[in-house]
Amino acid sequence: MVIALRTVRALTLIVGMSVLTFALMHFSPLDPITRYVSSDPRMSPEQIEKLKIRWGLDKGPVEQYFIWAGAMLRGDFGTSRLYRTPVSDIIKGRFLMSLALMGVSWVLSGVIGYGLGALAAFKRGKTSDKVIRWFSYVLVSTPAFWLALILMLVLAVWFHLFPVGLAAPAGVLDANVTFAQRLWHLALPVMTLSVIGIANVTLHTREKMVDILNSEYVLFAKARGESSWSVFWNHGFRNSVLPAITLQFAYFSELFGGSVLAEDVFSYPGLGNMLTVAGLGGDLPLFGAIVLISGVFVFLGNLVADIVCVIVDPRIRAL
Amino acid sequence: MFKKLKNMNARERMLIAAIFSGALLLAIFVLSFTISDGNLRANARIMDQGPSFSHPFGTDWLGRDMLARTMKGLRLSLMVGVVASIISVIISVILGVGSAVLGKTVDNVISWVTDLFIGMPHLIFMMLVCFMMGGGVKGIIVGVSLTHWSLLARVIRAEVLQLKNAEYMQISSSFGKSLWFIAWHHVIPYIMPQIIIRFLSVFPHAIVHEAAITFLGFGFSPQTPAIGVILSEAMAHISTGKWWLVFFPGFLLVLVAKSFDSISEQAHILLEPVSANE
Repeated sequence: MVIALRTVRALTLIVGMSVLTFALMHFSPLDPITRYVSSDPRMSPEQIEKLKIRWGLDKGPVEQYFIWAGAMLRGDFGTSRLYRTPVSDIIKGRFLMSLALMGVSWVLSGVIGYGLGALAAFKRGKTSDKVIRWFSYVLVSTPAFWLALILMLVLAVWFHLFPVGLAAPAGVLDANVTFAQRLWHLALPVMTLSVIGIANVTLHTREKMVDILNSEYVLFAKARGESSWSVFWNHGFRNSVLPAITLQFAYFSELFGGSVLAEDVFSYPGLGNMLTVAGLGGDLPLFGAIVLISGVFVFLGNLVADIVCVIVDPRIRAL
Repeated sequence: MFKKLKNMNARERMLIAAIFSGALLLAIFVLSFTISDGNLRANARIMDQGPSFSHPFGTDWLGRDMLARTMKGLRLSLMVGVVASIISVIISVILGVGSAVLGKTVDNVISWVTDLFIGMPHLIFMMLVCFMMGGGVKGIIVGVSLTHWSLLARVIRAEVLQLKNAEYMQISSSFGKSLWFIAWHHVIPYIMPQIIIRFLSVFPHAIVHEAAITFLGFGFSPQTPAIGVILSEAMAHISTGKWWLVFFPGFLLVLVAKSFDSISEQAHILLEPVSANE
């Protein structure tokens, strides 16, 4: 029941987001027709009228929205103005590239962040706790792109440990790129996103774990002679992992933003990089499609977090 | 008088954090006005110099002084940050209070809109807004304000809901005081501490996001000295190892964001009297 309600709400939010996206694009001062015409000055007024009808621009905004949303649902994202090819073709390959980047960083930042947070809580007040906390506090307000630049400067330019950019070595055919080379090129963007993502989970987990460790049931467990490890495994882990997972799912939105920045710095050919190019180039169909996909992704991520909570935590189900 | 840092209570620590951050901001402000624009002009004689006594942050490939560019960039960031934070706080107060006071239907609608804005990926939404507004300072301010009000609106709603059950609120309304009177005399003073704390904590996010969006090339023209623009230009020269172009502007941005963060954190402790003497 609760799951059904949450799902309906997530769906209405996705619809709301698509309306918002469409409205912002629709009322943008960038008129698609003028842009198109300026790239081809030989067009006559009759041709422009025809183009307007073909693109559905002669209809009212509400009707246009439904046409647009219907096409999106069918997977027809229109034709990119910059590349003159179907948007879906451009997005397909890049989506997987971004998924690889974000997926790996998401898991890494979650696991490392949780581990560091738990460690800091168990060692609270000691040097390791202070180092972890200081590290997280600084990272929380560090912009992803600056960290990316610094990592690039130190690891790629000074020490030549990693390549400076792109997803594969330049001048090598796509089919000939080895898996190791792909990993090699993925390393720096992943490192950037993971390190940025760690801070939040760490601080949150530490707080939560400190609360747990101050509780009476942990005091009792210690009195029974349980070791730190078994206190962690029997009491700490179960009570603190769920909020961490929820937080990590809610982090999807930041992750998307971070990947736009990291992809821009490392010229990594993913969705984020494409979004920047499309936005700066005024390519509305491509831009809109990527905004919509990322939004759907984030709202689904939040929905999954909600559902996981309901399934794991019986107290929410009773509501 | 001079105690060790860890022996101080929150009030004293707050004072130190505030003095440090205030001094930093003042220094940036004064420097950004006193450094003459002449330092921003290209000067072929001092191209590509590393940090030195006369140019502490080095010079770039056109011979422009990086200290001057960084300071002017930070001033712009601070200005955008202040305006955007104020606007987002105003939006969130109106919606948060409205949501709590104006009945169930309005509450549902506002909560839904709040969820929508919390869920939208912030940076991407900001790109969309900047794109729609056609760039410039205005686009950035609107974009940053629209993405930062939602969490605060939720907090304020919860606070006001709690307050609604307070006796003095009920007495005030049974005395026939208007909704406006109650909002102004009872609700606003009650949520003021939250507003101040949140304003201070929205601020670092706002300036970091402003830098991110200008870094991507949305908003300002390449001539504008904004931290994002400076860093994205420096990116082109990174493979030649000119570290000072990248390091100093970003480091100062983090320093400014961090100092605001610490003020807001101390204010949080301070405004909750129970923990102020810890």
